[in-house]
Amino acid sequence: MNKNLTWFNVTALVLGFAFLYIPILILVIYSFNESKLVTVWGGFSTKWYASLANNQSILDAAWVTIRVGLLSASLATVLGTMAALTLDRFKKFHGRALFSGMVYAPLVMPEVITGLSLLLLFVAIGFDRGFWTVTIAHTTLTMCFVAVVVQSRLVTFDRSLEEAALDLGCPPFKTFFIITLPLILPGVVAGWMLAFTLSLDDLVIASFSTGPGATTLPIKIYSMVRLGVTPEINAVSSILIGVIALGVVAASIVTNRAEKERERAERAAFAQG
Amino acid sequence: MADTKDPTGSSKAKWLVVAVPYLWSAIFFLAPFFIIVKISLSQTAIAMPPYMPQFKDLATAWDAVRQFSLDNYVFLTEDPLYIAAYLSSLRIALISTLLLLAVGYPIAYGMARAPKGVRNVLVMLVILPFWTSFLIRVYAWIGILKPEGLLTMLLQALHIFGPDQQLKIFNTETAVFIGIVYSYLPFMVLPLYAALEKMDHTLLEAAADLGCPPLQAFWKITFPLSLPGVVAGCFLCFIPIVGEFVIPDLLGGSGTLMIGKTLWAEFFNNRDWPVSSAVAVVLLIILVVPIVIFQNQQKKL
Repeated sequence: MNKNLTWFNVTALVLGFAFLYIPILILVIYSFNESKLVTVWGGFSTKWYASLANNQSILDAAWVTIRVGLLSASLATVLGTMAALTLDRFKKFHGRALFSGMVYAPLVMPEVITGLSLLLLFVAIGFDRGFWTVTIAHTTLTMCFVAVVVQSRLVTFDRSLEEAALDLGCPPFKTFFIITLPLILPGVVAGWMLAFTLSLDDLVIASFSTGPGATTLPIKIYSMVRLGVTPEINAVSSILIGVIALGVVAASIVTNRAEKERERAERAAFAQG
Repeated sequence: MADTKDPTGSSKAKWLVVAVPYLWSAIFFLAPFFIIVKISLSQTAIAMPPYMPQFKDLATAWDAVRQFSLDNYVFLTEDPLYIAAYLSSLRIALISTLLLLAVGYPIAYGMARAPKGVRNVLVMLVILPFWTSFLIRVYAWIGILKPEGLLTMLLQALHIFGPDQQLKIFNTETAVFIGIVYSYLPFMVLPLYAALEKMDHTLLEAAADLGCPPLQAFWKITFPLSLPGVVAGCFLCFIPIVGEFVIPDLLGGSGTLMIGKTLWAEFFNNRDWPVSSAVAVVLLIILVVPIVIFQNQQKKL
């Protein structure tokens, strides 16, 4: 295998990953800068983190963002998993083409269009804009990502286990919860994580669909950035990056371990049989 | 029949599984497009919501429909700003997609050739920045590209720049290209990697045994086989880039014209809902063809 790792490949990887990571690294390093000037290093300090703790508007925005993220990711996971099952299992029903279009289109649809159209819907039906409208907007966007992630899991799924359960008289709903769901769980968990971080991250759709009292963290950060680059923004950003990186790494370790355990169990079962 | 054995096979359960996400998408994704079209045909009004006509009840609905006009669309063609913004967006999206392909292909290739155990770690490393906020990643580049920023300091320290010389790419299209390539790189690398990883290496070995030089083997074997990944990656990047707002707004300054920025300004600064709806409808019409191609591609996967 090593003969494939030519100098060209190694250079491409090193440069590529340096490009991806150096800006983030710089951002985190400068959040510990004593100086208020972002580009001048004035010594190590954690004072910007301390000043964050006293910034009520940032704390409020963070709280709104977390609530929107948890709720919309959970709703999106339920809806997205159902959508994935529909696309994977039911190959023929009226309006299937329209349905798959509605699932895949939001993945690439420019956010300004999705955001504006949702806002106009909320105004047309007289729905007061705020926490709930942002949650609905994020659910609509992220359920499509969940559907794609879960569907990729369903494609590699061994249907004979389900069929065995059904043949033995297990009701369909129960079969789903004791056979199907545990097997596709890594996909469902990954889908939830993706939905949560997308919601945490979104500026454009949230700006359109938000209302009084529901300023999310990206909207807050964006208005701060427009006023100028400050170490305080670096500090919020670093916390966000840290939380998400920890979450993603933890989730991947958990799903990897679950995967290995499942494979071992399967091998053991085959060996016995 | 596999269908009768389905875990969601009882008709009531099946109906529920299909209907719930279907209805949600129809209400919150499909219906808004009809509303956007309707409002793009309306007139601006000083009211809340700021457009005319309003549908109050069925009796006056026909009168309201008769007030529809194409004025907003005519306005878009009369003001050269809008046409210039559409063209500039398409041009920037096309150039950035090609840049992404040029930057992303060697990375994906290197990943696909890496030892098996390392590959999953590399995939993880590509995905990780994608999970961290888009806004934050764009923000990170402001500090680097600013005239008094870190890149200028680096160039001065290396004596490539004189002490008074400053980098002049912040608030230009160059900065927008850098920001776009940086932000969208995972979207390009992952589909390319998926296609390259599936490739059968023995084909290249056979070509080499028959005396084909490596570069020629790449263009005759590797590249054609990776084409599905190339197409998927390009569409996954091109379509959203056309409507991109955050990157041109934060890195491009006032000199960069992109339709996402125009729409945002029309809506949030000018409060002209009918014109911004018309801008969105035209953008959608431009993107319909690439979106349909992208969907057909997705269905095949």
